Formats: sequence, structure tokens, C-alpha cells
Amino acid sequence: MSTGVVQPRPGRIWGFIANALRRMGLSGRTAIILAPTLWLVIFFLIPLIVVFKIALSAFAMGRPPYLPMFEWGADESLTITLHFSNFLFLVRDSLYANAYINSVRIAAISTIIALVIAYPMAWFIARSEEKHRNLLLMLVILPFWTSFLLRVYAWMGFLGRNGIINNTLMGLGIIDEPLVMLQTEGAVFVGIVYTYLPFMVLPLYTALVKLDQSLIEASADLGARPFVTFLTVILPLSLPGIIAGSMLVFIPAIGEFVIPSLLGGADTLMIGRVLWDEFFANRDWPVASAVAIVMLIILIIPIMLLSIAQNAVVEKNQ
Amino acid sequence: MRRGLALPIIAVLGFAFLYAPIISLVVFSFNESRLVTVWTGFSLQWYAALFQDSQIVSAAILSLQIAATSATIATVLGTLAGLALTRLGRFRGKTALTGMVSAPLVMPEVITGLSLLLLFVAMEATFGWPSGRGFTTIVLAHTTFCMAYVTVVVRSRLIDMDRSLDEAAMDLGATPLRVFFDITLPIISPALISGWLLAFTLSLDDLVIASFVSGPGSSTLPMVIFSKIRLGVSPDVNALATIIIVVVAIGVAGATWFGMRKPKNR
Repeated sequence: MSTGVVQPRPGRIWGFIANALRRMGLSGRTAIILAPTLWLVIFFLIPLIVVFKIALSAFAMGRPPYLPMFEWGADESLTITLHFSNFLFLVRDSLYANAYINSVRIAAISTIIALVIAYPMAWFIARSEEKHRNLLLMLVILPFWTSFLLRVYAWMGFLGRNGIINNTLMGLGIIDEPLVMLQTEGAVFVGIVYTYLPFMVLPLYTALVKLDQSLIEASADLGARPFVTFLTVILPLSLPGIIAGSMLVFIPAIGEFVIPSLLGGADTLMIGRVLWDEFFANRDWPVASAVAIVMLIILIIPIMLLSIAQNAVVEKNQ
Repeated sequence: MRRGLALPIIAVLGFAFLYAPIISLVVFSFNESRLVTVWTGFSLQWYAALFQDSQIVSAAILSLQIAATSATIATVLGTLAGLALTRLGRFRGKTALTGMVSAPLVMPEVITGLSLLLLFVAMEATFGWPSGRGFTTIVLAHTTFCMAYVTVVVRSRLIDMDRSLDEAAMDLGATPLRVFFDITLPIISPALISGWLLAFTLSLDDLVIASFVSGPGSSTLPMVIFSKIRLGVSPDVNALATIIIVVVAIGVAGATWFGMRKPKNR
């Protein structure tokens, strides 16, 4: 791709480019900063502001399906009344509160399951011989590179009424009737843990691989049983990895749409799915925007925790 | 002795959990029966059916075009952002750029998709561009979240890189632009390639954001797959999954090989 540029070329080309930029009134330095900054302002920051604005607008039949928040020079009281309508709607209808509570609960339970599965895996990789570690890590990351949607789909084949698990159990004569596994909350847990497991293993591995073996030996020499050593030495030292990994699972799980709609039942309410339906089925853009903003507010604390944990890991490395 | 065995057993079970669904997906793509989960005999008919399905073929072509375009723009912008954050010292707005470039990594997809769609609608109403939604709007959306990942990859490579090479070239009289193209770029090129591949994969894989910002007649491959599997398992999706897995495995192996070829020039 860009390797063609490796060969040395006449210096005048660079001089020419630099001159061209200077003629436009841009130093190279400013251009490097400005290009990504402008892009992110236009396609990341402004869209969020637009969401805020539309969450404060009224729903209308039409295209686009909301009323302008302010005609130029409109009175402000209008804005304030509209403000309350969409957010009040979220409070009044218990569907939304239930969806938020459910999302947090499902995300939290999935995170704990993922932690319990990932911790021994990360410990095993960190304690295996150095030449095997990269291969094992790649085995953890590899599924992440295959399509997310298809990995969720794979579980539909596993958990379904005529799925592989039911067929195997019935073939072995363990059960007579197929178990109902698909379209349950349990299937959603499996889906979330499965798709986000690499995000949990990697930060745990990073924390555990740096752990000084002599600390564990010292603890054992002083008579601590392995479990006590784990609780008092290993666990506290790997805490940044635990927090970072947990947040990397918890945060995307909160807004998850694909997993609850493919593996969950009709009653598995999650907020990502509610937002999707509000937008695509009800075409109520203002309420969808209000749902998005409340979701962002819920995510503020987990995102802050994540950044604290990541900074702790970075500082340790230095 | 029992303690020594417990950990490997748990680890093996963990890896089995990661790979069993994918392996069963591949195996049953060669199944004769319409039932995805009962083996009746070897057959390639679902692959044949796949290539005759014009909806899937055209969606796949569209997705590949979108992924290549947005990965390329994201790599350019992500590299610039990585340079700005590591090589240019302090400047006004550095904290803001740091925050904005990593925020898309933790932003729920539904919010990214919704916010970009609302932006595109507002832009169309105000400037008349982009008119309608389709290829352009999906590329713009994918570039935005992909560049965050490219920035992470490029930035860590730039932090690891030995700055004395840059300084030596500068001392020998090379202009900053020349230093970049002759010294920095060749050294960070493995990071650019893996960043591009990551962006390409993420774009190819995205269902939620594309669903928000696409228009009629521009369904991407994940959108077509989703509408198919919503109704239940179907064997041609298994065949498609197998092709994607094989392509990805070759790509990852290639990227690993490329990354290992020059590991010592940091």
C-alpha cells in the first residue's frame, strides 16, 4: 500500500508539496493536526450535539419526523416544554426503565461470567512457556477477527430446538424433549460472554504476565496457602486488568442490539433493542434520541473507570 | 498433582468454548440436508446456491467496496492523528483530540449510528449534501469509527519507535516531510498495514451503524445476512460464513507473517 514510497525520491517533490501547503496558508504541522480534528468534530462531536437537539424536539408525522426546535427567533419557553416531553415519556412508561435496568443487569452478570472464564485462561497463558504465549494469545484473538454477526449465528445452530446440543443430548438418551435454550435470557448471556471474551482475556493477561513470580513464592514461603496468596497478592495486583477487562465487556454489552434480537426472546428487553425499535419501527426520532442520551449518562461511570484502569496499566509499564 | 491439572483443563475448555461454534458452522456448511444441524452427507450445493443468489453477491461487492474505501481513508486520518498525538509536542486542543479519537471505541454502536444518521439528514436539509443515503454515508460513518482503531495501532507503534533515527535524518538536513516519507513511514508501515486490515474487517463486519446510515438499494452484506438469519438458521449462510472465515484466516496469517518479517526495527 504505502511501501511504494520507501525508495528515495528527488527531494524536490517534498519541497513542492511543502510549498503547495504553505501557499494555502497551512504549515505541515497545522495540516496534520487539523485533518483528523476537523473530521472528528464534523462526524463525531456535531452528531452528538444533533442527538441532544433532536431529543429536545417534538415528534411530528413527516420527513424528517420531528419539529424544528427553534425557528429563528422562537421563544425559549417552547424549547423547555419540548425538553420535558421526550424525557418525561421515558420516565412515565415503565418499558424504558425496565429496559435500562435489564440492560445493566444482563451486562453485569455477563461480565462476571466472562471474568470467571477468562481469569484462568489468562493465568494459564501468562504462566505458560514464553515461546507458546504468542500462539495462545493469537488463538484467543483469532475468533474476534471473524464476523461478529456470524459468531452469534453459530450459537443459533448450537442452542436451537433442533440444535446441536439438543440433538446430542437426545441422541444419547439424556433427555426426551428438546430443551428450550434459544430465545431465553441464558442464551443472551452465552452470546455476550462468547463474543466479548477476548476483550476480557487480553487486559487480564497484560496484568498477570507482568506479575513478579517471586512475590508468589515469598507468600508461599511465609506459609500462605495458595488460595490466601491468590486473594492477598495476585488478585490486588491484577486489579487494573480486572477493571479494564470488565469495562471492555460491560460497556458494549449495555448497548448491544444483535445478541438480544437473535438469541434473546421477545421479552428480553435491552436498551439497544428498544432504541432500534423506537427508531425503525415507531419512527420516533426524538424519543430514540432521548433513549440514546440516557444510555450515554449511564455509561459515564463505566467509561471513567475504564480510563482510570488503563492509565494505571500505562503508568505501571513506564 | 490435581492442582497442576486443573488449570490446563479449564484453559482447554475455554478454548473449546471459543472454537466449537465456529467449527460446527464450517462443518455443517458442507451438509446435504436443509437442516443445519443434522448431518446427512457431504455436498457443495449451498456454495452453489450462494453464488446464484444475486442479492448476496451484490451486497458482498458493495461491502467490499465500502470496507476498502473507508479503511484507506481511516488509515490516512488515523496515521495523521497518531502523528499529531506523539510527534508534535503540545498544541491547543490536544486533550480534545485525544478524547475525540478514543471516544468512538467505547460509544455504543446504536448511538453512533443514530447520531450520524441525524447528522446526515440535517446536512441534507441544510446543504443539500449528501443527497440520500447509501455508499457515501456508510463510508463516512465507517471511516469515523475505524480511524479510532487505526490511531490506537499507529500511535503505539510511534511511541515504540526509536526517535534517534528521525533526529539523525533531521541532523543530516532532511526536511520534516522527507523524514516522514523516507524514515518514519517505512518503519511504521507494518502498523499501517495491520491498522488497515483491522479497519477493513471492522467495516466489513458492521451491521448496526450501516443499518442506520444506509438507504434503499444499498444493503451491505451483514444487513442481508441479518435479515436472513432473523427467521432462523439457513445453510447458505453457513457456506458464506465458511468463506469469510477462510478469507479472514488467510488475511490474519498474512498480517502476522508480515508483522514478524521485520520485528527488529523498532
